Amino acid sequence: MKVEIANLSIAFPTPQGLSHAVRGVSLTLGAEKLGIVGESGSGKSLTARALLRLLPPAAIVTADRLQFDGIDILKASERDMRAIRGKRAGLILQDPKYALNPIMTAGAQIAEAWRNQKKGSRREAMQAAVDLLAQVQIRDPQRVAASYPHELSGGMGQRVMIAMMLAPDPELLIADEPTSALDASVQAEILRLLEDLVSRRGMGLILISHDLPLVSHFCDRVAVMYAGRVVEELAANDLPRAQHAYTRGLLECLPTLSHPKSRLPVMARDPAWLT
Amino acid sequence: MISVQNLHVRFGDVQAVQGISFAVGEGESFGIVGESGSGKSTVLRALAGLNDEWTGLMTIAGRALAPKRGRDFFRRVQMVFQDPYGSLHPRQTVDRALSEPLLVHGIGDIDRRIRQALSEVSLPPAARFRYPHQLSGGQRQRVAIARALMSEPEVLLLDEPTSALDVSVQAEVLNLLADLQDRRKLTYVMVSHNLAVTAHLCPVIGVMQGGEMVEMLSAEDLRAGRISHKHTADLRRLSTELEEA
Repeated sequence: MKVEIANLSIAFPTPQGLSHAVRGVSLTLGAEKLGIVGESGSGKSLTARALLRLLPPAAIVTADRLQFDGIDILKASERDMRAIRGKRAGLILQDPKYALNPIMTAGAQIAEAWRNQKKGSRREAMQAAVDLLAQVQIRDPQRVAASYPHELSGGMGQRVMIAMMLAPDPELLIADEPTSALDASVQAEILRLLEDLVSRRGMGLILISHDLPLVSHFCDRVAVMYAGRVVEELAANDLPRAQHAYTRGLLECLPTLSHPKSRLPVMARDPAWLT
Repeated sequence: MISVQNLHVRFGDVQAVQGISFAVGEGESFGIVGESGSGKSTVLRALAGLNDEWTGLMTIAGRALAPKRGRDFFRRVQMVFQDPYGSLHPRQTVDRALSEPLLVHGIGDIDRRIRQALSEVSLPPAARFRYPHQLSGGQRQRVAIARALMSEPEVLLLDEPTSALDVSVQAEVLNLLADLQDRRKLTYVMVSHNLAVTAHLCPVIGVMQGGEMVEMLSAEDLRAGRISHKHTADLRRLSTELEEA
């Protein structure tokens, strides 16, 4: 499995003309962990969603190359896309409160995802759902499988969503801010779990977040986006040696326990970053 | 300025807060950290008068608080919420949102006060006639802070004021809160799950777990790791682990 993005641009028509949300982004990804970091509106989610062709209908997408394992996403039929979405590439969303079906039990939702791809019996699917819940380290998978989303905590809900995405054995996992709705302790657990599953199954992972230190902790490479462009791409352990002023700004404006400062440096945005 | 003694809050059979005590001096900041469900927001809501099912003794400026609060209380004590998307009325302009507290409290000179409040939170004067959806998340949180300041309160209760914001915007809002405190001698109680953010703004921090305050310590002790309770140590380890990336 290889993901190739070359010169991807996404624009939206507005009354004032085209608004360019993503401008000339190029990324490649194999069986590794790539972090995409940026502020709201930097185009990081749009870039990842373009890969699954899950953009709003109004979006105008152009690219020199947009390929998932050799399949041209720009030209693929809806049928081909359905074979990728959910089956070969899974998408984990930010908030399990909204992303799960509130009137289906967790087990039934995972079983549905499993049956969609594996065509087993209802009973096999339920058993698979319980196994998957155990894999995402839920201590009492039987009980959770029988629970509705509102009966689960945020961390549990997020595990259910991950279990659902793992059901068809995908090759790529896209996690769009998977932990920003969660507590720090649960956040670390979920990311460790994702990291572990991804390495064990040899999957690719795209982790999208606005938290640069967090992402670099769990990824091999980090792409930093600003106003629709990748301004810097670097190996996660090279982060302290980041060159771009925006990347440095993102690192320095975080309050830390180990290096207290009386005033946080505020980012001076250079208009030159836009060009 | 604020004193809370033996505060209990229960929802039905659940004891959400079990006998919490702390005190905050005038112009000082107190931070409460803990995970979801630890009861930290419940303490703040009881203090703010948003929940009247509590027992214990709470005083602000020497006066004991009753379950139902008078208008004067709401002038002196204001709250800023986590989500600036949810806490501003989507069909009210910024002008309307900011004039409402003035009308409620019968404070005159509305036009000048709104212009001053906007400049105090570094919003352009043009923001005055915008609707919330026309503003960014950081700008919305500035409006929420400006609204809380309109009645010239002495106490600001902050419930995760920056956790819905980007890290760069978070830095701006934290600086703004520090400046406002300097200028107006405000007293803050801040609730957050982020240890580093809390330690940045608050010199004294209480750690909550399961409805109890398991430890109270200074920000320096927290940074240096002079910690007595295991839960505090766990939270600190999570926070510093990521910093060392």
